[in-house]
Amino acid sequence: MTTAQIAASVAVMAVVTFLTRALPFLLFGRRGEPPKVVLYLGRFLPPAVIAMLIVYCYRGTSFAQLSAWAPGLIAGLAVVFLHLWKKNNMVSIVGGTILYMVLVQAVF
Amino acid sequence: MNRKTLAAAFPHTVPVLMGYLSIGTVFGWMLSAAGFAPTWAAVMSVSIYAGSGQYLGVDLLDKSAPLGDVAFLTLMINFRHLVYGLSMLEKFKGMGWRKLYMMFSLTDETYALLAGVEAPEGVNEKGFYFAIALLDHLYWIAGSLIGAAAGALITINTEGIDFAMTALFLVIAVEQWQSSARHVPAYLGAAGTLVCLFLFGAENGRFLIPALAILVGGLLLLRPWLEGGEGQ
Repeated sequence: MTTAQIAASVAVMAVVTFLTRALPFLLFGRRGEPPKVVLYLGRFLPPAVIAMLIVYCYRGTSFAQLSAWAPGLIAGLAVVFLHLWKKNNMVSIVGGTILYMVLVQAVF
Repeated sequence: MNRKTLAAAFPHTVPVLMGYLSIGTVFGWMLSAAGFAPTWAAVMSVSIYAGSGQYLGVDLLDKSAPLGDVAFLTLMINFRHLVYGLSMLEKFKGMGWRKLYMMFSLTDETYALLAGVEAPEGVNEKGFYFAIALLDHLYWIAGSLIGAAAGALITINTEGIDFAMTALFLVIAVEQWQSSARHVPAYLGAAGTLVCLFLFGAENGRFLIPALAILVGGLLLLRPWLEGGEGQ
């Protein structure tokens, strides 16, 4: 990627992120309540989208051989277990990532 | 903003300091491992300022995703911010030029802090909110730079560090799961996306577009039922 391409991607991310944060103020800042359907989606869409993004993260998983799917599965379960147990973002994310790195580099 | 306001705000931000330093460090390190200069970590953390969004950003930059895909995926992951803004409409009223910055810096963590704090006696509350938002942003920038510098200086085998993005999403999912009695949206999200992945293939992230249509459509169909259980 050229510097200009990287800068363009970063600019798009910055603008879109800002819009998602500013939109409620632009749309509903002057009027009272936002439409009920917006509140409904705002409440129930995020868990669906996070599930979608987890599938996205695992989209390239191949089941051809053990080494292609086992590290992601084991490390993923470890993250969930760590988070249920310690409830600490840093422990869960860093712990799971280090486990994954060990698994793909040294074990499988 | 004066020293007194900063001193009042700082103790509230200590948990975010710990969190952002570590999550930011992992972000900077991932970006470094993908081959990008530390300057980019700083530029991204100053201008985008979104934890999960920037993790995803590393993935998008790494595979040189087209701008349309970048915009779509960024929108998806930050959609939840729409809800945050809704509950801050009142709080940010009358903040003048600082309101623009408050909207920009409304991350999950800053939102959580602002939703729960009150300014102490004798401290201007708008200045107090602004100080919290600014301190959090500085922690995030600092963490990213530490990670980017470490990634550039320390040469270990970083294969697999990109798993941090998956780990972050799993953590968010666990927290959402525990804070909600309704798990149907999560099942719908996983099932709908898997179907689209099998139908459209994984080559690019575009299977997410039909997947999103299924999720929104499915949720709208389920609305009477999902909202029905809330009435008690």
